[in-house]
Amino acid sequence: MFARAALGVQRHGAGSRVSVLRSHAPMVLRPTNPKGAEPLVRRAADVARVSLAAGAAGPLGGDDYHLEVHVGAGSVLVLNEVSATLLLPGPSGGRSRMRVIVRVDDDATLIWLPEPLIAASGCDHLHEIDVTLGERARLLLREEVRLGRLHEQPGRISQRLSVRRGGEPLYVQRLDLGGEETPWRGPVITGGRRCIGNVLVVDPAWTQGTPPGRMLDGTGALAPLAGPAMLVTAVAEDTRGLRRTLDAGIDALGDPWSTASSGDRHPASPPDGSSTTGMERST
Amino acid sequence: MSMGAALLLLADGRLPSGGYAHSGGLESAVRMGEVHDTSTLEAFLHARAVSVGLVSGAFAAAAHAAASQPALLDELDRALDARMPAAAARTTSRALGRQLGRVLRSIHPDPLLENLSHQAHQAIAYGVAAASLGLATADAARLMVHETVAGPAAAAAKVLSVDPFEVHAILVRLVPVLDETSRLAAEAALQDPQDLPAPATPLLDVLAELHAHREVRLFAS
Repeated sequence: MFARAALGVQRHGAGSRVSVLRSHAPMVLRPTNPKGAEPLVRRAADVARVSLAAGAAGPLGGDDYHLEVHVGAGSVLVLNEVSATLLLPGPSGGRSRMRVIVRVDDDATLIWLPEPLIAASGCDHLHEIDVTLGERARLLLREEVRLGRLHEQPGRISQRLSVRRGGEPLYVQRLDLGGEETPWRGPVITGGRRCIGNVLVVDPAWTQGTPPGRMLDGTGALAPLAGPAMLVTAVAEDTRGLRRTLDAGIDALGDPWSTASSGDRHPASPPDGSSTTGMERST
Repeated sequence: MSMGAALLLLADGRLPSGGYAHSGGLESAVRMGEVHDTSTLEAFLHARAVSVGLVSGAFAAAAHAAASQPALLDELDRALDARMPAAAARTTSRALGRQLGRVLRSIHPDPLLENLSHQAHQAIAYGVAAASLGLATADAARLMVHETVAGPAAAAAKVLSVDPFEVHAILVRLVPVLDETSRLAAEAALQDPQDLPAPATPLLDVLAELHAHREVRLFAS
């Protein structure tokens, strides 16, 4: 299945409006209300807020999805997802591919909070994201992968993320997981954990200096990139633990990115630290 | 100068380029329990070779090919920065690059070394150093790939209860992997900087940051 969707946002008065909203099944784009705590934007009313929903299972092997996102100068877009993406093998094998091309213009902000990619047994998926930022653009981008469902060995998944800012490379990484030929289980990539994720934050205010790096509870770290950007990196046994560490990393940035000071609570981190309402069990 | 001898000289762990102070993340991995025996040590070295080794080797090869072009060397340095999200790893790489440049300028002053920034990443420094000694692009790749495992291998017996003979047995078993990685790295030499490899090493990055915050440690990285 081939699908090509597009999303565009423009400044409109004091706020933002969606100017292009072109779904292509199974990629369904819909305006939405705030979902949970939002870094920086903090559930503000006059931003463009869109959800990406899957109108069918997959991507399956053989599928080729393409999404373009343009956040126009001075506008704000919060892009989230309705549910995790389950990557599956196709009926006749083959690779599935998702390519996302993003442009965030000067004085624009993109808060992109997808749900995890779940690499089910037998999948073979290539996930490529190319982001071009204006020098005065702000970005928060989260990536999470879960390797296999409960009691299942994962298929293959490769994630490539390339972020360019002001015409120069800022962050370029390719993560290859699953399969037999890459040492992804070992102590350099996952150390045997099932879940792995990042949050990348780019803020031109940090051109004069970034916040300090620090270790995070769980197996994670917050550290500056070579540029006005910070990266939260974490591995965990389950998706709830991963999300908790990634959210803690965002909060460690302090204002204006932290959600903690706004009074919003993350659904995944109850105040007493206990895990009573989780929807996912550890495996 | 015989090129064979120059290659061995640059690869020699006894070259005073500061590598002895670094374990390539091994000390941190051992302290966190990720590496605890020869089997996990081998997994660590193998994974490091095909990730850190591949990207460093590719950039060393590209820097070798670009040794007479300072602007291209700067572009490669920026492209490599973008592929090293761990701040501690970038700091270490630039410190080792600076020391290698200093050693080469002292033992073999060559006009090409003037193109090498004093802050250059280690891989860039190796590429230009190799070029200054008349070595080939493939040699630059090989040197850098070797360095990415030789460092932690030398540190292994100091941070782990392992026999140095066992460590070297691991290195011999890794020879095919090192050769293949060097071959892939050398192929990258003439690619556009933005197309060079960028293998991610998330747990290694987390371990590097953890290590940088430690007050008591044997190795600097």
